[in-house]
Amino acid sequence: MNDMTLMDSTVDTQPTKIAAKNVNVYYGDSHAIKDVNVEIEDKTVTAFIGPSGCGKSTFLRCLNRMNDTIDICRVKGDILLDGEDIYDKRVDPVQLRAKVGMVFQKPNPFPKSIYDNVAYGPRIHGLAKNKAELDEIVEKSLRRGAIWDEVKDRLDAPGTGLSGGQQQRLCIARAVATEPEVLLMDEPCSALDPIATAQVEELIDELRASYSVVIVTHSMQQAARVSQKTAFFHLGNLVEFGPTGQIFTNPEDPRTESYITGRIG
Amino acid sequence: MPTIWLVVLLLALAAAGFYWGRARALSSAGGDARELHSLPSYYGYHVALASFVPAITVLVVWLLAQPLVIENRVSSLIPAEAVPESSTLGLVMSDVRRVAEGLDIAVEQGMLSRKEARDMDTGTQDVRALLGEVGVAVGEDVRPEILSAAQAFRNLAATGKTAMTVVVALLALGGFAWAYARTHKDFRARNVVERGVLALLILAASLAILTTVGIVLSMLFETRNFFTLHSWTDFFFGLTWAPNFRGDSELSILPLLWGTLYISFIALLVAVPVGLFAAIYLSEYASSAVRAFAKPLLEILAGIPTIVYGLFALLTVGPALVDLFGKGGLLGVEWMAGATSVLTAGLVMGVMLIPFVSSLSDDIINAVPQAMRDGSLGLGATKSETVRQVVMPAALPGIVGAILLAASRAIGETMIVVMGAGAIAKFSANPLESMTTITTRIVSQLTGDTDFASPETLVAFALGLSLFVLTLGLNVLALYIVRKYREQYD
Amino acid sequence: MTDFSHSTPSAATEPRKHGGSLLAQTARTRKRNAAEKRFRAYGIAAIAAGLAMLLVLVVTIVSKGTGAFQQTFVTLNVELLESKLDKNGNRDLDDIKKVTTFGYAPIIKGAMEAAVEELGIETDLKSKELAGILSKNAAAQLREYVIANPDQIGETVEFRFLASSRVDGYLKGRVHRDSIANDKNISPEQLDLVDELAAAGVLKKTFNMDFITGADASDARPEAAGMGVSMLGSLFMMFVVLALALPIGVAASIYLEEFAPQNWLTDMIEVNIANLAAVPSIVFGILGLAVFINYMHLPTSAPLVGGLVLTLMTLPTIIISTRASLKAVPPSIRDAALGVGASKMQAVFHHVLPLAAPGILTGTIIGLAQALGETAPLLLIGMVGFIASNAPESLADGLLAPNSAMPAQIYEWAKRADPAFYERAWGGIIILLIFLVTMNTLAVILRRRFERRW
Repeated sequence: MNDMTLMDSTVDTQPTKIAAKNVNVYYGDSHAIKDVNVEIEDKTVTAFIGPSGCGKSTFLRCLNRMNDTIDICRVKGDILLDGEDIYDKRVDPVQLRAKVGMVFQKPNPFPKSIYDNVAYGPRIHGLAKNKAELDEIVEKSLRRGAIWDEVKDRLDAPGTGLSGGQQQRLCIARAVATEPEVLLMDEPCSALDPIATAQVEELIDELRASYSVVIVTHSMQQAARVSQKTAFFHLGNLVEFGPTGQIFTNPEDPRTESYITGRIG
Repeated sequence: MPTIWLVVLLLALAAAGFYWGRARALSSAGGDARELHSLPSYYGYHVALASFVPAITVLVVWLLAQPLVIENRVSSLIPAEAVPESSTLGLVMSDVRRVAEGLDIAVEQGMLSRKEARDMDTGTQDVRALLGEVGVAVGEDVRPEILSAAQAFRNLAATGKTAMTVVVALLALGGFAWAYARTHKDFRARNVVERGVLALLILAASLAILTTVGIVLSMLFETRNFFTLHSWTDFFFGLTWAPNFRGDSELSILPLLWGTLYISFIALLVAVPVGLFAAIYLSEYASSAVRAFAKPLLEILAGIPTIVYGLFALLTVGPALVDLFGKGGLLGVEWMAGATSVLTAGLVMGVMLIPFVSSLSDDIINAVPQAMRDGSLGLGATKSETVRQVVMPAALPGIVGAILLAASRAIGETMIVVMGAGAIAKFSANPLESMTTITTRIVSQLTGDTDFASPETLVAFALGLSLFVLTLGLNVLALYIVRKYREQYD
Repeated sequence: MTDFSHSTPSAATEPRKHGGSLLAQTARTRKRNAAEKRFRAYGIAAIAAGLAMLLVLVVTIVSKGTGAFQQTFVTLNVELLESKLDKNGNRDLDDIKKVTTFGYAPIIKGAMEAAVEELGIETDLKSKELAGILSKNAAAQLREYVIANPDQIGETVEFRFLASSRVDGYLKGRVHRDSIANDKNISPEQLDLVDELAAAGVLKKTFNMDFITGADASDARPEAAGMGVSMLGSLFMMFVVLALALPIGVAASIYLEEFAPQNWLTDMIEVNIANLAAVPSIVFGILGLAVFINYMHLPTSAPLVGGLVLTLMTLPTIIISTRASLKAVPPSIRDAALGVGASKMQAVFHHVLPLAAPGILTGTIIGLAQALGETAPLLLIGMVGFIASNAPESLADGLLAPNSAMPAQIYEWAKRADPAFYERAWGGIIILLIFLVTMNTLAVILRRRFERRW
């Protein structure tokens, strides 16, 4: 608990990166997200927790408009990134996603070499002027993904040949290579074993220095370990949002308490 | 056709067997079906199967084997000196069969009595003229060895037929009696019947293998005959296709192979880009409404019979191309002489293959996991970047497989090239010239008056075998690639 | 929340590459979006090209083929002179049959002259040229009628004769006055007469039932050629295919799907079936020629042989679709049957097979449709047109007597030089496609009606 109070002290020093106001999401006729208001801070790890089907992943996917790819999904309300509405007609989702990167539940390396996997983002966004610069970006990203030492001798090997934990760190490196400002992670450890999970969690903590990280997790321990802010979702509602220590030790809402103590979930 | 009656007889016996077997089982149980080991109808099936299946199996095998046996026996009757220099035993045998067939027809039409047919000899009668009268043309006068061989052939065939009828009938009755005798309330009829049915199922499944074996053997046999008459080096490595009736035909597959591959190439040039882009659009971009509308419509193109495409090539596309490239055409060039050309056939075949490529590619693109697309889109790639740089490389093996299947289709396609490509065998790179293909030549060598003793006819089997091997190779490769591809994402 | 001092320096050390407002598209994004639009346009163009080809095909077929369903007829009053047709006057059918079509020609010429005279048409044409307006089939047509109705001899009957194909083509716009300069079969004077006869209503274009029911005709008489007999040939072939391919295909599928152990033999059978489905159809024709005709000596050109060849060709299709429908029946059904003490065989035949039946039927219909349109193998076993001039009289005849099939008949017409046959070929395609569309619609309806999802 000491640890958490420490974290709490750093939390309120950060500016808001993403602000969601009265967000509602519909899948066809079903109302998946109900009137969610939340402010996500820069250089902070924010965890979304809640039982399965509570809408936490759906909400996460609204933050970089990944829901656009689903035909029946409609989003209402405002989501502001640095004060700009990301659902504004003038916003190109492609540009948005360069700023708001995403790491998925299941590691999904492309069927390319490790190098090409990481270089994919910088190439499409034109971040490198020449091969040397690209090499540098790839190395830097792989280092940030804490996987450089394991793959530096086999950058030409296919990314799909790595172990699950390595694949997920490769995917994080790949997301980092695009130089995003926000990193969304959708249950990034759910397909990994405990050791790989620990490595990824450590990595997330390091990433906090440069990015605003939002992580969806169904593991409360994980949320407690890596995040400074926690949002609890239930049945499409944002029930409670606050410093992680407070949510876990002194929740205000009885539903949060029931979930934390394992009565619902 | 007495064989048909034999089959009808067998069926009748089986029906009776069903009825009696069932009745006997019931009576052995004192009319109480609960006393029986199996349901009453199983006892019926047991008798029916026992009387029908072995008999019909023997009948079919006999019908298939008899010609072979007779052929062997009769050909051993022909002395070696009766086979002329330029000919082979196989060719003499085909004469023998022809004469025997002619005699059969003559007897049937009442021009000869059975006895006359059996006893006639070349010294006293003009056999050739007689055969001519019943519509069987024989190339030269019938020599005595051939006539006597033909008579032996007929004798054996008649004996064989009688023996077959007797054996089959005995077998059917024996099976009936045996099964009927075994029928008793404690007899495990269901188990026996089910084993029998399983054997029949296995037989049906092995028909696929039999067909393949039949294809290979039938073509291999005639191809061997062809290579005894014509040098295999000319067939595989010669450069000219020029059949004639003087006996010095040049029959090389290479110019035909060139035409085949050229036309297939043009067809793929049309079908692959159009089919692939259609598949990409349908699977990645189209709304479900567009998909539900466009996909079945495109697939109609695959359901149209090839004769329709052939006619379209011959009467519509060909003349249109002549209007464009021909004498007095719109372009003012005089590049095209007739409606048939490589381009005519290639374009139309390409249209036929569009749905083939598109639906196969559609399946394959859909098999690429959504996570892969999400990964790319999540990095800020546009849809087209995702398709080109992630989905396509991932789907590439499968798409290569699909294209190979399409190529095999194109190579084996017959009607479009028969009607649209022309009949001139040559090596030319000009797509506006008419050229010919392997399938076209197979059709032309095997239709009309065919003489299965001449290399000009037999070459069709060698061509057929080459075509079979070529397409089989492509198919096996393509199916292997596609299967491996699917396993990767399963 | 209001303290920015912490974040500003870190932002400075880490220059952000996607700086600037989201609301303004960068030059690079614009370029990429343009590429995206282009790519999308290629896709639309590909679909449009495919659909356009379909449209062109359909329009071509319909516009060129509908003409075949209309035919020009000339209605004449024919005096069936006893002196020419039945000299003995005793109406003995054998005597009447002795009069060949040459004997009927004068009667037709006379009827033509009478008609011209009655209408008051001035013409310099000789009687032979007058009769040239009619089909060469006219005499045979009349002879057939007289043999069927010998009691009409001596009477004057109104008779509808086929017009010659040139006259028919003239009315349909296929033959023009400037295109017949070198045509021996028709002259401008004859066309003048045709115009007058048409104006008088003697010569008319009407629906042509004979095209649908009739037999093929020789090269010189395209106006008399019909699809009917070859349609029967196709029908008998489909009968053979259905009778053989369905039971064998279902039996093979049941074995492979329900009973086959996983071993090399099963693997081989499966690989074989997959490959047979992709073997060129002409290879099956060669197989049929070598095995059924040369080896087993079944009659050439017989629908039975065609049916056997098409059976082998259709089997893989039926097996593949049957296996898919068997696979779609959930294992719980089998477990339920086994659970109440049924044997595996009973579970399959009593429960699985009935549930899979609609799917099997759909696959079979689609396989049959495929076989119906197949041409290449039929050419090799001699089923090309102009063989059967009459409809088969019995089942055995239908199976064993030489006949053609619809697609082979169309091919035969397409090979002939006279453009009048092309019209018939397109018309034949319309009939063939009507069959195919009906069968496929049936398959779709069956699937919709009985489709079950577990």
